[in-house]
Amino acid sequence: MSNVIQIRKGLDISLKGKAEKVLTKISGAAVYAVKPDDFQGITPKLTVKEGDTVLAGTPLFTDKHRPEINFVSPVSGTVQQIVRGDKRKLLAITITPTAEQEFLRHETGNLNALSREALVAFLLKSGAWPFLKQRPYGIIANPADQPKAIFISGFDSAPLAPDMDYVLTGEAEAFQKGIDVLRQLTGKVHLSMNDQPAATSILQKVKGVEFHTFKGPHPAGNVGVQIHHIAPLNKGDVVWTIDLQHIVSLGRLFLKGVYDVSKVIALVGSEVKKPRYFRMISGACIKPLHDYINTAGSPRYISGNVLTGTNIGAEGFLSFYDSMISVIPEGDHYEFLGWANPFRMKKFSVSRSYFSWIFPDKEYALDTNINGGQRAFVMNGEYEKVLPMDIYPVYLLKAILAEDIDKMEQLGIYEVVEEDLALCEFVCTSKIDVQDILRKGINLMIKEM
Amino acid sequence: MKILRKLLDNMKPAFEKGGKLHIFHSTFDAFETFLFVPNTTAKSGAHIRDVNDMKHVMIMVVVALMPALLFGMWNVGYQHNLATAGAMNFMSMFWFGFLKVLPLIIVSYVVGLGIEFIAAQIRGHEVNEGFLVSGMLIPMIMPVDCPLWMVGLATAFAVIVGKEVFGGTGMNVFNPALLARAFVFFAYPSQISGDTVWIAGLSAKEGIVDGFSGATPLAHVAAGQPLPSVADMFFGFIPGSIGETSTLAILIGAVILIYTGIGSWKVMLSCVLGALGTGLLLNLVAANDYMTIPAYTHLLMGGFAFGAVFMATDPVTGAQTSTGKWIYGLLIGVLTVTIRVFNEGYPEGMMLAILFMNAFAPLIDHYVVEANIRRRLKRAKI
Repeated sequence: MSNVIQIRKGLDISLKGKAEKVLTKISGAAVYAVKPDDFQGITPKLTVKEGDTVLAGTPLFTDKHRPEINFVSPVSGTVQQIVRGDKRKLLAITITPTAEQEFLRHETGNLNALSREALVAFLLKSGAWPFLKQRPYGIIANPADQPKAIFISGFDSAPLAPDMDYVLTGEAEAFQKGIDVLRQLTGKVHLSMNDQPAATSILQKVKGVEFHTFKGPHPAGNVGVQIHHIAPLNKGDVVWTIDLQHIVSLGRLFLKGVYDVSKVIALVGSEVKKPRYFRMISGACIKPLHDYINTAGSPRYISGNVLTGTNIGAEGFLSFYDSMISVIPEGDHYEFLGWANPFRMKKFSVSRSYFSWIFPDKEYALDTNINGGQRAFVMNGEYEKVLPMDIYPVYLLKAILAEDIDKMEQLGIYEVVEEDLALCEFVCTSKIDVQDILRKGINLMIKEM
Repeated sequence: MKILRKLLDNMKPAFEKGGKLHIFHSTFDAFETFLFVPNTTAKSGAHIRDVNDMKHVMIMVVVALMPALLFGMWNVGYQHNLATAGAMNFMSMFWFGFLKVLPLIIVSYVVGLGIEFIAAQIRGHEVNEGFLVSGMLIPMIMPVDCPLWMVGLATAFAVIVGKEVFGGTGMNVFNPALLARAFVFFAYPSQISGDTVWIAGLSAKEGIVDGFSGATPLAHVAAGQPLPSVADMFFGFIPGSIGETSTLAILIGAVILIYTGIGSWKVMLSCVLGALGTGLLLNLVAANDYMTIPAYTHLLMGGFAFGAVFMATDPVTGAQTSTGKWIYGLLIGVLTVTIRVFNEGYPEGMMLAILFMNAFAPLIDHYVVEANIRRRLKRAKI
């Protein structure tokens, strides 16, 4: 094992509803969806229409500008609906599944005998390419790039995040195969572990990767933070990232010749009756999970964690890159003179002007109320305490607001995506929408470069 | 509380777009959010947010100001009693001071908040809480005999020219409260300097004991007279602006600010180090009387402590970067003592030092951020 990289800045928010290590079987969903918004940096172009029959692995749409990138169906079935929003924006393609999952079969041949070009072509065709994201910008990797390396975070440090060691139980073979594919693709593979991996973790036994160990609070598990500490990104550099469970899917593609994006997800949050793990297919409707959720108070259903996830509604769909569903109470209620009361014991604050610091182990059931009104930047030094990077976040955000491309570049926009600044948004006294601003800046960079 | 909420809910439509009273929507909004934390939920980004908000931060600063304010009120009575050789007891001294200071506070808040409400209305923004603090700071850095109209005028100047023209709280370059004091200082110098303005009733010569001076310690030093005792200066039994005299009361405020993380200890500490260092250096030179006073007395005299704790730490007008804060605070300390000792025209250096460094804080930050940018570029070559 390599040296331990100590992360000092950050914040672990302790929430109610951590998943118990029990894998529960549930019936398959009645409907699945692929949501183009899950994929950053592409413009979807449909290749199916309503009523078409698809297999698991049949392309549903491609990127308009790079038509070689296929986005494929996670299940076999019939295209039920093409959901569009304002200006006919493509929101989702829903699929009614067949009773028995039928896969589109691929001939993989011998991995070692494949050239890199052939491997890239195969990944594009099979629909596995969107597993790969690039830094800078956190968008779908460009097939024309030769990245410096690929970075994998071996743990998730977000609030209520699933235990990835547990999630990957029994997937050692597929995982190793996936890593082999990545090595073939990029040469160097970096895998970051936390300092207390489970003894049963399959990650420790993986061959062909360079290990790193991170210790400290969230966002230590964010791959962006890890890249910053291992080999920081500079202008012109490109590296790729991939999620752990997508490596398993990649391995399955080569072991079995099928596009299989079933994964283990954690159902967590204070509104979950029995927080635990489930096996689901990416894109599944979360309705079958309702038996385990306290649906009475119409809570908020989030695909992903509470800091960066997407509000998907009670009958929404598991997003492509997510390994968890968080359910927390909505906060659309008023609080009489709340701001004047320092004893709001049910609420959490990093500020010592409240008393949550006295109870570091207390688990909170936080709601979605933003607890105040939006203001201009007033306080300083808040963001820096939760961002373990050599970056001045407020200056970066101000450069974005001023649309100053040069400054954005100099101040480090290549190194961050929304999840890295999510804690800044959480702690912000002025309630500024940090993640929104950052994505606007990133989109501006992509447009201008 | 449900009745109150119902009442607000019934009133609300009239203030919303298209309602009869829409032109007052910012005012309504300010009162509504004062009474109730709004029901706004996170629409994008993080779904949970820290419970801390601007109202809470500002009210914590006001709480931190309370010891200095309460002591200031008592001291107004105490000094008056001393000057008139009266026989007031503790409570009557406090009551005398309370009655003297309260009008100043009311004028400052009414004028300042009035302008804030109008500005928020024009901009269509929510009313910002920043003035909750500024409105309390302004009377505390005024001499007790300052006429009310002057406080009102200075407040209006500070809020309009110092803050609203830049875009409101968060956008201002200079500390609004100090700007109000600077306005009085330059527009009506006779009302904020000399020996008679610091004690209630002294300028009107109402039954003053013969030979009572009423001069502040800074004036004593400038005139080459002996200083009050260190204990008197530390506890604050000296004439001066209402809130600035008691270093002890201000220290209590400093503890609250540092403990809650609202005020930067880096700025406070570096201010002290800057002033002490300069004071010691001048002790070595010792070319005149002023240079020979012990360096630590600079920390106890005049507005130094009050400025270092409550003014220099203003997060908007001070340096924003961690390194910048050290430089910014250090220079405030150095400049304060320098102005005090070398400029006979301005016995109080703190106000000008902070305003001057307010102007330079963005420059300091600029160089700190530039250093960060250079560091990243250097990394690129490896």
